[in-house]
Parts: sequence; structure tokens; C-alpha cells
Amino acid sequence: MDTIFDYSVSGKNRFQLPEAGCEDYDPIPEEYCTVATVLPEVSEVEVVRHYTNLSRMNFGVDNGMYPLGSCTMKYNPKINEKIAAMEGFSAIHPLADASAVQGCLRVLYELAAALREITGMTFSLCPAAGSHGELSGAMIIKKYFQDLKEARSVVLIPDSAHGTNPASVAMCGFTVKEIPSNSDGDVDVERLRQLLDGNVAAMMLTSPNTLGLFDRNIREISRLLRENGSLFYGDGANLNATAGRARMADMGFDIMHTNLHKTFSTPHGGGGPGSGPVGVVDRLAKYLPVPLVAKGAQGYYLEYDRPDSIGRVHSFYGNFLVALRAYAYIRSLGAEGIRDMSDTAVLNANYLLACLRDLYKLPIDRKCMHEFVISDGDMPNGVTTNDISKRILDYGFHSPTVYFPLHIEGAIMIEPTETETKKSMDTFVNAMAEIRREAYEEPEKVKTAPRNTPVHRVDAVIAARKPVLVWEG
Amino acid sequence: MSSIPDDLRYSKDHEWVRMEDEFNGVCGITDHAQEMLTDIVFVELPQVDMEVGVREQVAVVESVKAVSDVYSPVSGRIIGVNTQLEESPELINDDPYGKGWIFKIEVKHPKELEDLMDAAAYSEYVESGA
Repeated sequence: MDTIFDYSVSGKNRFQLPEAGCEDYDPIPEEYCTVATVLPEVSEVEVVRHYTNLSRMNFGVDNGMYPLGSCTMKYNPKINEKIAAMEGFSAIHPLADASAVQGCLRVLYELAAALREITGMTFSLCPAAGSHGELSGAMIIKKYFQDLKEARSVVLIPDSAHGTNPASVAMCGFTVKEIPSNSDGDVDVERLRQLLDGNVAAMMLTSPNTLGLFDRNIREISRLLRENGSLFYGDGANLNATAGRARMADMGFDIMHTNLHKTFSTPHGGGGPGSGPVGVVDRLAKYLPVPLVAKGAQGYYLEYDRPDSIGRVHSFYGNFLVALRAYAYIRSLGAEGIRDMSDTAVLNANYLLACLRDLYKLPIDRKCMHEFVISDGDMPNGVTTNDISKRILDYGFHSPTVYFPLHIEGAIMIEPTETETKKSMDTFVNAMAEIRREAYEEPEKVKTAPRNTPVHRVDAVIAARKPVLVWEG
Repeated sequence: MSSIPDDLRYSKDHEWVRMEDEFNGVCGITDHAQEMLTDIVFVELPQVDMEVGVREQVAVVESVKAVSDVYSPVSGRIIGVNTQLEESPELINDDPYGKGWIFKIEVKHPKELEDLMDAAAYSEYVESGA
């Protein structure tokens, strides 16, 4: 595949800067003059064609179904983009006086209020990603116990949690203890009882969990934690299953984060920008990262005077334009729409599950929430999850999440989201049925997939062992 | 069936230890473990001189499939690490009990070795699907 540098011909760009028009100026000090950047010398049409062609090799939710479990790759309505592009939002300066940006502050204020209605918690919109929200939450847990003068060092995390959970608490100096799931996919409550002692600061539960299951013992879990004086953290990345139906605070969570870029339809994938507001119940609100947006006699303002706050976690006010898109989405759906969104997400996932259950192994056979997990457990001819996921690309879909969660061998985690139609899901089911047939009758087809993509099967081992990270001509 | 040499002791987390004398042992992950992980692409080694407890995390192995912690099968002090793995992590796949060793440890309580499994017990443990 050509890079833009391959089109470069020396001397093609004969562009010269005009005369400065002024006589004296201070040249840039030498210590700031590093090696000159080598720019390709190409014409405008070459640049346009190159990047247009590259973009055509890409796959996104605007191309087709993207059932990447746990990532909630729903369609991002274009009205969000239209609003985010309005000059009053996109051309403001982050240091503008509050009086000049009342509309923007109102957006943040009302978004936090909407999140409170959906979850029952008070939010700081500063964290810029789900994992960042987790880290902020872990810092709140730390500060809470410091204030109580209790030296609690352990955080319990089930094996069905998001992979970032252990990392976030470890970064705050906590030790992670894993709680196994029982055969139904719920937290093993007996094991939790044994692990609870005066050293347990908190438990972190992804709800619903990465199997797409709502933990039926959630009340019991939160009661046990409360009695132990421990906090209950809810990873809200899977909020798309429960928003508008059940509030995280009512389930007994004390702290949570929500991924605006997942549940509330802002574009994501490829590393950001995202937004992972951290929310807490009232008694922990004083610890939230600053600034919060407050409303006073003079209108909306940024509130920094919160002496117990864990402090700043992001420059300025988080990723404002992401928050704005989420706000546009929530306002265009309204309370009923949000409930319909979750209901349809759960309905779609259960429809797909019902269609796929006779084709693939179902490690845990229960009604699911917004996503579910199948596996390669009964595939013939040595066909693996990796092969299946590559073959799915040939049929014009993005692959599901694979080999996660770790406690399910060969997991394939599928999340259709509410925005897929029955027709597109049926097309996906047909593809999955065809792949199963191929696994039996023409296994080589599956094992050498993908064939219809711009890049065929890559050698993941070489790529990871000897990565080439810099273009070297 | 994966290889399980007779002269080693095994942990439930699929590490092995080979005692070179009463106090000095060499540790790595088992053939079964590397088979489950598939191609290993990166190894994070412990620091020499670090004190570790039983089943305490000492290293990280990353395969194309997953990232896994490696625990110390016994308590003691890390006295050496296999720096060759930094360049050639595939040694763990090719020779898990030889060139693919991960760290050397000065064992604090040799009695802890008795809590580990012998080859027969580990073989049974693996077959039971743990």
C-alpha cells in the first residue's frame, strides 16, 4: 500500500513564502530549531485522492453493522454533529469569561442533571474516557478512606469485569483481588463473603457485566459491602442496557462512571476523544474532581471552591464537544426515548442470541441484556474464534469483540445495539450460519480469511514481536 | 498432551520451579501454560533483588491472545532474570523449561516447595481442566 510519501517528487512543490515585508525580526533561537520535518511534495489532487482512497478502506458504523461487544458502537445521529459544529460551541475560547459562554455552561449543567436523572448520582464531566472516570473514582475511594483515617488497601473485582478496572485501582495503589463468577455468570456471593474484611476499600462491578448479564444478586452484594463499610463502584460502560429502566444509585452503587461516547452516541474508536464522567452519591459529592458547573444569581459558573475535591483530572472542562454531542442526543430522545433505547438494545441482543444459539456454543444460557457471549467451543476442524472473526469481515461486518471476557474460552462478544434493524441483524445471522457451514465443509476458507478486505490475514505474532512503528521510507 | 518433566515442582497458576541447590531455584511457566497462551510476544521481567511472597505477581507475559500475570511459586528474593526474553519472547513457546526460563529466585522457606505439586499431581491437575 502506498503512503503519501510514495507520491512525492522532489521539486514538485515550488511554493515559496512571500517576502516578509518587514525588516528586522528575531530569528528563532537555535535551541528550538530541531531537524526539519520532511514533508512530501505532492499536488492537491494527489493528497485528496490518497486520503479519500484510504478512507474507503476503513470500516465504521456509517458503513455497516459493528457488533463490537462492550463498545456500544451505535449509530451516531448526524444532528449531534450539526450542533457540535455551530460556531457558538466550536469557536469559543476555553478561558472565556463565564458571562460570555453561558450557553456552553448551561449545556454542561443540564447534561450533568440529565445524567443524575438517569443514574441517581451527581457528576463531574471532567474525565476524558471511561478508564479516566474509573481512575477518578478510585481516587475518590482513596480520599474517602483517608478522611475516615482507615487504611484499606484492597479492591475486589470480579473476573467478568472490564479489563481497565484492575489497572485503574492499581494506579491508585490498591491491591486487586479477583472474585470468580458462578456457573450462572453472577458474582460468587459466598466467595465475596469470605473475602470481605476490614481491609476491603471497595468492590468494582461492571453492570451489566461483560457477559451481558445483569447480576441478580446486586442488592445482596451492595448490602454486604455496606455492612463491611466498603464502597461499591459501578462501571457504567454498559449503561445502554439499563438507562431509563433502573438507576445505578438504586442498585446500591456509591460511585460510577458512564461512557458518554458509548451510551450517548458520540463517535468513538481509534482512541478518542471520549468522555467518562464520574458520578457519586450525595455523601461523596464533595470529592468530585473540579470544576463543576453551578448555577447562581449571576447565571452559570465554574465552581472551583470545593476544598475536599480530589482536584483537577483534566485541563479545562473535559472534552466539551463530546459532552455537547451526548447532550444533543439525550435531549433529542427525551426520557421516554432513552428508555426505548435501552429496551430496544436488549431486545435486539436477545433476538440475535435466539438466532445464533443453535449455530454456536452458548457458554452461559440465560436471557441477556444488551450483549451476549458465544464461543468456538464446538467448532469442527480446528476452527477458532480468531478464524471466525476474520471471516466475518469477508461478509461485510465489523468483527465482534473476541477472546474477552477471559474466563470464557474463545469468547465472541456480540452487541448489536438498538440502531440495527431486524434486516441487518438477519443478514448477520445468515453470515454466521454460512461461516458455520464453511467450518464443517470448507474449513480452509475460514482459516485463511479474510479475502475480501484490502489487507488479508496479518501475522499478528510478527506484528507484536517486531512492530514497525515509524515510516522509514 | 503437554510436556511435564519429573524433576520440577509446579504451582496451581502453571509456574514451575527447578531447584539448582537447596536455596536457589529457576522458575518459568509450564508447557501447558504456553500452549494455552499461544504465541508470546512480550515479557515484562521482575527487578533483580526484589523480595516476593508466595503467589505474588512477579512478571507479565503477553501473547497475541491475552496478557497474563506470572506469580512466584515460592517466596524469596529475585536473583536473576532471563534478559534474552526481552528480544526473543518466543523462547517461552519453544523451550518453556529450558531457554524460556523467566527468573531465578533465592528461596526463603524451602518448606514451601512441599506445597507445590510434583509432575504426577500437576498432570492430574491439568487434565482436570483447571
